[in-house]
Amino acid sequence: MRGYVTKRLLIAVVTLFGMSIVIFSLMRLAPGNIVDILFESAGYVDQADKKQLERELGVDRPLAVQYSRWVGEVARGDLGKSYRYDMPAWRIIKPRLPVTLELAFLALFFSILLGVPFGVLSAVRQDRPLDYVLRVLSLAGLSMPAFWLGMIIILFFVRALGWMPSITYVSPFVDLKANLWQFTVPALAVGYRSSALIMRITRSAMLEVLREDYIRTAWAKGQRGTLVVWRHALKNASLPVITVVGIEFAFLIGGLVVTETVFNLPGVARYLVDAILLRDYPVVQNLTMFIAVVVVLANLAVDLLYAWADPRIKYEKA
Amino acid sequence: MAQVRALDVVADTQILPIERPRGSALGRFARKKPLGAAGGILVLLLVGTAVLADVLSTHDPVRTSTNVLVAPGADFFLGTDNLGRDLYSRIVHGSRISLLVGLASTIVGTVLGGLIGLISGYAGGKTDLLSQRVMDIMQALPILVLALVLAAALGPSLPNAIVAISIPIVPRAARVIRASVLGIRELTYVESARALGARHVRIALRHILPNTMGPFIVLATAQLGGSILVEAALSFLGLGIPEPYPSWGRMLSIAAAEYAERAPWLVIWPGLAISLAVFGTNLLGDALRDTLDPRLRGS
Repeated sequence: MRGYVTKRLLIAVVTLFGMSIVIFSLMRLAPGNIVDILFESAGYVDQADKKQLERELGVDRPLAVQYSRWVGEVARGDLGKSYRYDMPAWRIIKPRLPVTLELAFLALFFSILLGVPFGVLSAVRQDRPLDYVLRVLSLAGLSMPAFWLGMIIILFFVRALGWMPSITYVSPFVDLKANLWQFTVPALAVGYRSSALIMRITRSAMLEVLREDYIRTAWAKGQRGTLVVWRHALKNASLPVITVVGIEFAFLIGGLVVTETVFNLPGVARYLVDAILLRDYPVVQNLTMFIAVVVVLANLAVDLLYAWADPRIKYEKA
Repeated sequence: MAQVRALDVVADTQILPIERPRGSALGRFARKKPLGAAGGILVLLLVGTAVLADVLSTHDPVRTSTNVLVAPGADFFLGTDNLGRDLYSRIVHGSRISLLVGLASTIVGTVLGGLIGLISGYAGGKTDLLSQRVMDIMQALPILVLALVLAAALGPSLPNAIVAISIPIVPRAARVIRASVLGIRELTYVESARALGARHVRIALRHILPNTMGPFIVLATAQLGGSILVEAALSFLGLGIPEPYPSWGRMLSIAAAEYAERAPWLVIWPGLAISLAVFGTNLLGDALRDTLDPRLRGS
């Protein structure tokens, strides 16, 4: 187990290191550095001022120096400064984190709540009408842009029920009910999409397990159907499902980028889009790195969970 | 009279059905996989619309007019947008953008990833280890986030959008093809080719590559829907296809938010077009996966 954990940790560190190089290079691909952009919006250019600012921000230094300085800052948890808002990026990100986390976990909750039971039902009723209906529904979920689904839901609420989505964000500590109302719809829109993948994996894992000898034994000894399916079979089918839930988490963050924009939720993902549109590159660079860290940590957590759930793994791969 | 009868008999025997699997390969596929066939029809519809866009459209998709926000009716099948452009014609022309960007980025991404997977799987050892790590790194960002950052770094244009969407596909394609190469590499016929003294490049390209076509087609079909969705999302956020190309994703961004209540058709139709196109490729991809490569089922 120890060897396995060490190996996973090492891979995570290497991955993040590589990602930092990729992100850093990408940001240098963009036309113009931050100083150009700042001066561009100012309208006039005083070369001396520009040189001064370039020196202050360190963009006149060699790339290697800029890179190592950045990595040092990120490693110390310093997410840099937003030049657009003229304040530390962390001060902008911090109040936005709970919004994104609440949305992500609610969406994950819905996706598991929908995906796992429907996947099991679909497997038990393989090639029957119910299976077809569920499979078509899940494929439909994979085919709709989450942001569009969100818009349609809002439209439906507004037209049919006369309900208006709250324009401003409501904190759960101020008004829990209003907060949940605000988050349930976007979480469902994102979660439905993710549930489709979870359902497909659950279905195929269950189909495999249901053919195993020990399941036949359980049937043969007269075990109740619900018990065989939901306890004996699902337990062993849950391993691939755990993996896909971990992958889903990363996928979900991608989905949030657009969903937060549609539902007007002041989350981290939307701030990334805003920063890109405002060309606030230092913030984009740090936020992207931040997302990579979250994704790698989520994958690491899944790997560890997997090793804990399946004792065979820690001996095999260590 | 008797002669005529005899001829009839001859004619009858000639058209007697011969014992063989009924229908063409396509027909059998349709009977066995009705959902896949439905997906195929949707994809054909998409391709047909894209090819015949000029014939099918009733108005100029980019010309503005004073007929602003007209409800769907006889003149404008699906209504008009806030600039008085005919939504139906824009959606018809938008199919070209979706299909072009979707296909191009899928092909670029899967071919590039496939080649990396082929080399990595065939060479093995350190090459494999290194490329695997690089692919891991590329997968550390969600597809949409990586595409978003790429699109931002490259700037908005049609070719740049294609590049931005294809890069995130590369590691995913490399993984699938590598796995399939690893299996094929150990087969006896590859061993015999090696024993005959065939060079590595020849073995990889002539003996292994053709056998990865099954998983490759499955992968590409499945990715096509994903690429269309990413394009829609990028354009929706204003980082994808720039004006004047009518992109389904961007149609949703400009109009939808502001005019949704007054003109719900602006939200409904472009989104439905995206969903149907992606739904079609997904249905087809699923059926192809089951038919061509049972091992990939459910993955």
